[in-house]
Amino acid sequence: MTTALAANPSKTAAEKRASNARVRNNRRGSKGGIFLGLLAWVIGIIFVFPVFYMLLTSLHSEFDAATNPPSFFAPLTLDGYREFFGASSGASPWPPLINSATASIVSTIVVILLAIPAAYALSVKPVEKWTDVMFFFLSTKFLPAVAGLLPLYIIAKTIGVLDNINFIVILYTAMNLPIAVWMLRSFLADIPVELFEAASIDGAGLIRTLRSIIVPIISPGIAATALICFIFSWNELLLANTLTSIVAQTAPVFLTSFVTSQGLFLAKVCAAATAVSLPVLIAGFAAQDKLVQGLSLGAVK
Amino acid sequence: MRLTSKLVAAVGLSTVLAATAACSGAGGAGGVGGGGGGASDNSINVLMVNNPQMLALQKHIGEFTKQSGITVNFTVKPENDMRNQAAQEFANQSGQFDVATLSNFEVPIYSKNGWLTPLDDIPAYKADTTFDQADIFPSMTKSLTGPDGKLYGEPFYGESSFLMYRKDIAEKVGVKFNETPTWDEVAAAAAKMDGAESGMKGICLRGLPGWGEVFAPLTTVVNTFGGTWFDKDWNAQVNAQPFKDATTFYTDLVKAHGEAGAAQAGFAECLTATTQSKTAMWYDATSAAGSLEAPDSPVKGKMGYVQAPVKETKASGWLYAWSWMIEKKSTKADNAWKFISWASGKDYENLVGQQDGWATVPAGKRESTYANADYIKAAGAFAEPTKTAIESADPTNPGVQPRPTVGIQFVDIPEFTDFATKISQDISGVIAGKTTVDEALDNGQKLAQAAGDKYKGK
Amino acid sequence: MATATATPPDQTAPAPKKTKVPERSFGERWGDKKGWARRVPLLPALAFIVIMTQLPFVATILVSFTNWNANYPDEIKFGTLQNFVTVFTDAGLRQSVFFTILLTVTVVLVSLAFGLGIALLLNRNFIGRGAVRTMMIAPFLVVPVAAALLWKHAMYNPEYGLFNGLLTQVFGASAPQPDWITDFPRLAIMGELIWQWTPFMTLILLAGLQSRPGDVMEAAQVDGANAWQTFANMTMPHMRRYLELAGLLGTIYIIQQFDSVFTLTAGAYGTANLPYTIYQTLYNAQDYGLASAQGVIVVIGTIIIATFALRTVSSLFEEGN
Repeated sequence: MTTALAANPSKTAAEKRASNARVRNNRRGSKGGIFLGLLAWVIGIIFVFPVFYMLLTSLHSEFDAATNPPSFFAPLTLDGYREFFGASSGASPWPPLINSATASIVSTIVVILLAIPAAYALSVKPVEKWTDVMFFFLSTKFLPAVAGLLPLYIIAKTIGVLDNINFIVILYTAMNLPIAVWMLRSFLADIPVELFEAASIDGAGLIRTLRSIIVPIISPGIAATALICFIFSWNELLLANTLTSIVAQTAPVFLTSFVTSQGLFLAKVCAAATAVSLPVLIAGFAAQDKLVQGLSLGAVK
Repeated sequence: MRLTSKLVAAVGLSTVLAATAACSGAGGAGGVGGGGGGASDNSINVLMVNNPQMLALQKHIGEFTKQSGITVNFTVKPENDMRNQAAQEFANQSGQFDVATLSNFEVPIYSKNGWLTPLDDIPAYKADTTFDQADIFPSMTKSLTGPDGKLYGEPFYGESSFLMYRKDIAEKVGVKFNETPTWDEVAAAAAKMDGAESGMKGICLRGLPGWGEVFAPLTTVVNTFGGTWFDKDWNAQVNAQPFKDATTFYTDLVKAHGEAGAAQAGFAECLTATTQSKTAMWYDATSAAGSLEAPDSPVKGKMGYVQAPVKETKASGWLYAWSWMIEKKSTKADNAWKFISWASGKDYENLVGQQDGWATVPAGKRESTYANADYIKAAGAFAEPTKTAIESADPTNPGVQPRPTVGIQFVDIPEFTDFATKISQDISGVIAGKTTVDEALDNGQKLAQAAGDKYKGK
Repeated sequence: MATATATPPDQTAPAPKKTKVPERSFGERWGDKKGWARRVPLLPALAFIVIMTQLPFVATILVSFTNWNANYPDEIKFGTLQNFVTVFTDAGLRQSVFFTILLTVTVVLVSLAFGLGIALLLNRNFIGRGAVRTMMIAPFLVVPVAAALLWKHAMYNPEYGLFNGLLTQVFGASAPQPDWITDFPRLAIMGELIWQWTPFMTLILLAGLQSRPGDVMEAAQVDGANAWQTFANMTMPHMRRYLELAGLLGTIYIIQQFDSVFTLTAGAYGTANLPYTIYQTLYNAQDYGLASAQGVIVVIGTIIIATFALRTVSSLFEEGN
C-alpha cells in the first residue's frame, strides 16, 4: 500500500529535482550511493516500525499481544477492532469520531475563509506594519492553551456551550488561524503583482479578485494549509478533554477513556489508536507532497 | 530592540482591547444560568470510572432503559481523569452530568459546599419501596451520610482491602497464612514465593503515583505501623518515625520482591500481573477478587484470601465505596434516583450473577448479597473475608492515635488530593530508585503541614 | 539568496517595499479610503484572534489576583498577591520550568539534526525513495495521544513492551529488562517526542533541499568544489531559513506539550512540565487562583522567549515583498 501511494508524489516532484539529481549522481560513486540508499531504508524502517507494530498488534489477540518476546507471526484477528466498536461495552466510537470530523472539517473551512482575505491584506496590497501583524499572529501560538483553560471553561459554562461541538469549532479555528494566515501569505506572495494590477484595471472588486484570481492560483497552497489545520484539529486533546463530556466528546478524548483496568488490553488499545489515527494517516499519505510544500513555503518568501 | 518593543506593544494593545471586551462580557457572567437541557427529558448523563464493574453496568444498561424508558448516557474515564472531571463539574455545578461515581471521600466535603442533592429530598427516593435502604451495610450508609445527617449517595460496590495469594504456590514453598497475617510474615512469604515459578514475583503492591493509587495501600500500612498523616491537632506526621518505617518497609518489599514495573503499577496492572501468574500475592481492594474468580480468569479457584496484614493494630483494611451521587444542579433528580435504585439494587446483582457469573457481582454493600446461596457458592473463597474486612474497618479510628478527621486510606480534607498526589510521585520515585524515603517524606512533611496549618485551631 | 547568512538584528525589520506609501500622519491614514480597503480583509481574522486568545488571558490575569479555590466557594476574595508569592517560592514550579526548557531544547535540536540527516538521504536518488519517504512521515500522522499510548504500553512496558521483547529475542531469557519509563523517565518522553517530530522536521528540510537552485549547485561543481564544500558553502546557507522555520514551529508545539507527559508519566519523576503543572494545580488542587498566577507567569515568560525566537527567525521576513 505504501509504495503505491508514494509513487505519485515522487513523480510530480520529479521535474524540480531533476537537475539536483544529476549533480548528485555525477558526484557520488555508485558504491557509496548504494550504501546511503540502504541507510535511508534502514532509518525509514526504524521510524515506521512502531506504527507497523501498532497495526500488527491491533490485529492480534490480547494473549498474543502480551508475549515477551513478541509474537510477530501470531494469527490475525479483528477482535481488537470489535472491542473498539463496542462489542462488549456497548459504547459506540462513532459519535466521537463524527464529532472529531465535524470539529476538524468545519473549523478548517472557517480558518481558510478567514485566512485568505487576511493573507491577502498582508501580502498583495499589504497594510502598514504588516510584519507586526504577522508577528502578533504567530505570538499567539506561543500562549499556552492550558493557561486559558479555566476562563474558557467558566465562559462556556456561563453562556451554556459546555459540551457543545460548535464551541470546539470556534476554539480550533482560533488555534489554527495564525498558522494558516502565515502559510497562505507565503503562497500569495508568490503571485506576480501584474496579475492583480490587471484585475484592478478591470475594476474587479476584492471578492471577485479573491474568487476569480487568487483562489484558483493558490489552490494547492490552500489544500496544504487545510490539511495541516485538519491534522492539528483532529489531534487536539487538552481543550476537548476539558470542555466536552457526552454529546461533543472527540475521538482523542474517547481514546484516553479507552484504556481500561481490565487485564490485557494491548491489542484493544492498538486497535483504538490505529482507528483514531486512520483519517490523519490516510490524508497525510495521500497528500504528502502538499504537506511538504505547505510547511516550507513560509521560509521561501 | 525595535522589534521587541513592537511585539510587546502589539501584544499589549490587543490585551487592552480584549480587556474592554472582557468587561462588557463579564456583566452577563453572573446572570445567565447554565443551559443544561439539550437532550430529551427522559435521559440522564452519568460520569463514571472505568472499573470492570462499571463497564459491565454499561453493557447491561439496555435492561434499565427497557424497564423505565430512561436513556442513560455514560462518560467513562480512567480513575484520575474521572476524578478531575468530577471535581471540576461539581465545584462549578456545570450541569453536564446528573450522576457521578464519587465516594465516601467526597461526601463530607461536597455536601458541606452544597454540591450534592440529598437523597431524602427526592420524591422518587421517598416513594421507592424496592430499594431497601436497611439492607445496605450500616457502615456504608454512615460513610455516605454528610455531617448534616443527610444521606447523599448509594454505594455501587463497597470494598475493603485484603491479602490475596496463590494457594498452590503457598503450599509449594511451605507458607501458611493466619486469618490476619502480620506484615513481617507477608514479607517473609514474599521472599519465599519470589521465583516459585519462572517469571513469578512474590507480591504485587501498587507503586503508581496518585493519592488513590499507591497511597491507598501504603496509608493502611502506615496506620498499622503506628503512623498517621496528622495528629489530632493537625500537626503533620509525615516524616515521623512510624510513617518512615512503614514507607521504608513498603518500598523495600516491593523493590525486593514486587512486580516488574512496580513504579507504574496500579490496580489494573496488579490485576493483570496476578491473573497472569506473574505475582504470587497481592494486597489490594477486596473487589479485585471478583475479577480473579471470574469465569474466564486463569487463576480462578487458585486464590486464597486473608485479612489485611497488620503490625500494631488489630485490623488495617481500608473502607471505600464507589457510590452514585446526584449533582445539586441536576434537574432530573427523580430519573437519576431511578437509575441509582436500579444499579445499586438487588435485581441488578441477580442480573449480573446470572449473565456474567456470580463472582463478578458488584458486592460489598448489601447484607442480602451474603445471604444469597448462588453468590456464596461462586464467591465462597472471598465472600466471608470481604464482609469481615468491610465490617472491621473503622474510618474514625484506623490507627493507634486519635485523628483530626475521618478516613482510613485518606485524610478527609480537600487539600489531600493535591499534596498526597505530589508526595505519591516521590514515593513512586523511591520505588523507581530515583530518590530516598527520607527525602520524599521530608518534602512531604512540608506539603502536608502547609495543608494542616489551614485547619489548626479550627 | 546568499544574503541570508548573517543578519544583524537591526535589519530584521522589513526592507521598505516598492508598494509602500510614504509616511503620513495617523489622521491622514485613518481617513484614507484606500487604506481601509486594504485593512478590511484583515479585520475579521484579526478581531477573531484577538478575542479568542486575548480575552481568556485577561480573565486569567483577573483570577490570578484572587484566592479562588473551588473547594472553598464561600471564601473568594479579590486583591491578593499571595498566588504570585507562592509561584516564585515553589520549588516544584522551578523544576517544571527547568524541565520544560530541557524538553523543548532537546527535542527540537535532536529532531532537527535527525531531520536534516534524513532529508539529505531522502534527497538522493535510490530505489524506493517514495516508499521510504512515506515510511518516514508515518510517525507524524499518528494522533499524539495515540502515539503516547502506543509508546507507553506497546513500546516501553517492561513486561510485554516491544523494546524488552526484542531484547529477549536477541539475548535470550537472561536479557536485561529495564523499566524504561521509570528508569529513564525524561528520556522516555523525549524519545517518543523525537520519534514524532523528526518526520515533521524532515518534511520541511526536504522541501528546502528540493528548492535548492540546481544551476548554482552545478556551477559549484564545475568550480571543483567537493561534497563537503558544497554542503557547507552552498547547502547550509540556503537551508538556514528552513532550519529556523522548522525550529520555530517545533518550539511552538513542544513548549506546550501536554499529551505525552499526561499519558506516559503523569508528571512523576521530575517530568512535570509547565502545562502539566498548571493542569494539576487546576484540577488536583482546584486552586484556580494559583493556577491562573502560574499561567500568567508562563505567558510572560513565553512572550519573552517568543520575542527572542521571532527575532532570530525574522530572516524569514526580510525578503518579503
